[in-house]
Amino acid sequence: MLEIKNLSKTYGTGATATHAVGNVSFSIEEGEFVCVVGPSGCGKTTLLKCIAGLLRPSAGEVLLRGGRVTGPPEQMALVFQEYSRSLMPWMSVRNNVLLPLRHKKLSRAERRSLVEDALRAVGLVGFMDRYPWQLSGGMQQRVAIARALAYQPQILLMDEPFASVDAQTRGDLEDLVLQVRDEFGITILFVTHDIDESVYLSDRVVALTHAPTEVKEVIPVALPKPRDQIATKELAEFARLRAHVYRLIKREQDIEDVERPVPVSGTSV
Amino acid sequence: MSPRVYRTLKIGAEITVPFLMLLAWWLYTVQRDDPKFPRPTTIVAEVRNRFFFAEFDLHVVPSLERIGLGFAIAVVLGVAIGIPLGLSRIGRSAAMPHIEYWRAIPPPALLPISIILLHSIGNTQKVSFIAFFCIFPVLLNTIDGVRAIEPTLIDTARSFRIPAHERIRRIVFPAALPQIFAGMRTSLALAVIMMVLSEYFASTSGVGYVLLISKNTFQFLPMWAAIVLIGVLGYLLNALFLLVERHVLAWHRGWRAATPR
Amino acid sequence: MVSIAVPVLSVVAALGLWELISQTGVISQRDLPAMSTTVQALWDMVQTGTFWKALGETVRGWAIGLGLAAALAVPIGVALGSSDFAASAFRVPIEFLRPIPSAALIPLLFLTLGTTLKSEIFLATFGAFWPLLVQTMYGVRDIDPVAVDTARSFQLTRNERLFRVTVPSALPYIMTGVRISSTVALILAFTAELFMGTPGLGQRLNYVETFGLNDQIYALALATGFLGVAIHFAVSAVERRVLRWHPSQRKTSTT
Repeated sequence: MLEIKNLSKTYGTGATATHAVGNVSFSIEEGEFVCVVGPSGCGKTTLLKCIAGLLRPSAGEVLLRGGRVTGPPEQMALVFQEYSRSLMPWMSVRNNVLLPLRHKKLSRAERRSLVEDALRAVGLVGFMDRYPWQLSGGMQQRVAIARALAYQPQILLMDEPFASVDAQTRGDLEDLVLQVRDEFGITILFVTHDIDESVYLSDRVVALTHAPTEVKEVIPVALPKPRDQIATKELAEFARLRAHVYRLIKREQDIEDVERPVPVSGTSV
Repeated sequence: MSPRVYRTLKIGAEITVPFLMLLAWWLYTVQRDDPKFPRPTTIVAEVRNRFFFAEFDLHVVPSLERIGLGFAIAVVLGVAIGIPLGLSRIGRSAAMPHIEYWRAIPPPALLPISIILLHSIGNTQKVSFIAFFCIFPVLLNTIDGVRAIEPTLIDTARSFRIPAHERIRRIVFPAALPQIFAGMRTSLALAVIMMVLSEYFASTSGVGYVLLISKNTFQFLPMWAAIVLIGVLGYLLNALFLLVERHVLAWHRGWRAATPR
Repeated sequence: MVSIAVPVLSVVAALGLWELISQTGVISQRDLPAMSTTVQALWDMVQTGTFWKALGETVRGWAIGLGLAAALAVPIGVALGSSDFAASAFRVPIEFLRPIPSAALIPLLFLTLGTTLKSEIFLATFGAFWPLLVQTMYGVRDIDPVAVDTARSFQLTRNERLFRVTVPSALPYIMTGVRISSTVALILAFTAELFMGTPGLGQRLNYVETFGLNDQIYALALATGFLGVAIHFAVSAVERRVLRWHPSQRKTSTT
């Protein structure tokens, strides 16, 4: 469904050029849940923005159902890591979820039902008239997810969405995303630096190298479904997969740390 | 000293200090007994008699009208020009020399020109003069507000394919609104000053005109009354503005309080 | 190179437009002298001693007004800003006196102090005092409590704390206040000259206006604008230099 072919992205020119993405190729089938993991600063966010059509790649292409992605495609929705900077603070929860629907050709009733259904799916129907900043971090991210769902995308891109959320909430949100995937049948591309999360959620894990990033290995995850925070994580297979991915990433992280010893705080490139 | 005692003393001071200052003013004028410095009580009486309501229509209303209209035009133009300039680097680059010049020139230098170009000293000339200079605080703050918009908000809008005009209306404008309001507040204070200057320079009505006439006829009481009225006017307009701002930007206060920066 | 071409072109285009509007009579030449005429008049004026004398007088009024305002506002601002009690006590008087447009005091000054330099300075100082006072108070109140605690834990005396921690921390606000006050002081100095006749560029403007010498009216306005820009640049440069070390040197266009 989604094909990334030889994608690369370089910022700037000459000696000071930053090669964020080297040469990335992989594909995602319909209905799959694919996690992309990589060491910090390897270019994950840049990669995601290129796939989402927000950045133009320096080389390579992204094909969505055969069609080239040149700008944000209609069948795609994004969930960002920083929910406090992606939800509009002057709008209520309801209006935030409604916002992307306003320019779509829908009747008022249709819009209203989409908003309600989406908020119900994430469990926030009772908070429609609150403002995002009145809610906890986890709830705000759920609003962002609802907003993406109401948009009725065929593929959902998530950029480290639970990185800014506390560990316990993260577990709930992970299960929510799995549930939503089952209920709505969407394809999900999930970027994360949390290795446990990547194995827990996905059908396949794409492990990236350090910057300029390439695909190091694609690991199929054949764990049973439905996933469970306790049962699944007790399985031997989980531990094996996790260790495997961890080793891959750790090796890349060490190289990354040596080549770029001063971390850029706060930014995930 | 216990917090309670401290707080009581503080409130006491908040009341007594202004009162003492008023008392000192009153005593000074009594002691000096100079028609140039009438007693505060006399001034207040004059304000009441003259402006409310004998010459209310003649002076207070035109002045307020000019401030209101000038301010409104300045806000509309400032925002309408500021948003595109905030979004366009080339636009800013082209506009900046002009903006830098017109905001630096002392406004009174243009008073004679405004009369020459508009062939009158009526409302049009006054409102134009007021509006022209009041554009700049709004304009500059709008530009800054637009430029400071969180990039993720724009990315979000783009990812959902929200068309440009909707982006501006529903995202750029509300996001920049707190900064725009800061500029509006400065503009409002400026409007009062511009009103006084333009009326004092050449006019046939208005509070500034009262200042002019009383100076020409050496009448101190109306002059003091006008000064007090202008001060009160400025204070009230500012208070009114803050009330409106508090209502419109309620979301902003809540958001700032809740979001760690 | 591109970055400087656009503003320059923009100015050239505007001047050209001015010339066009006036020469073609869209606005009559009497009401709007052509750009060339105005520049010529300005050039002629600049050759005269009277112009530079007037300019010097205006700058003098501005400088003394600003200087006095700063000498008063900064110490008072620091004192009020450091004491919560004092700040509360004087809050109401400040809130009421602050919005009084200094322009309204012109007739009073005219009739009491007369058309002297004293009037001009009083006006400029009064107007420039308030923004600087308020900004200084904000700056002192906004000090990072961690910095203050650090200073106290190192046993710095009250004076040392004041000069080594409080004032430097408040400096960005104070410099913003100086910038705003500088603008106000210039406007008021010029206003005093225009309305009261104290010597300076404003007085020259009043003179040529009385005689209907439009060319010179425009030329003087143009020159005053340049003076305003020059002063703004100078003050901004001083501000940048003083605050070289401060992380908050953001690029904004406000005031």
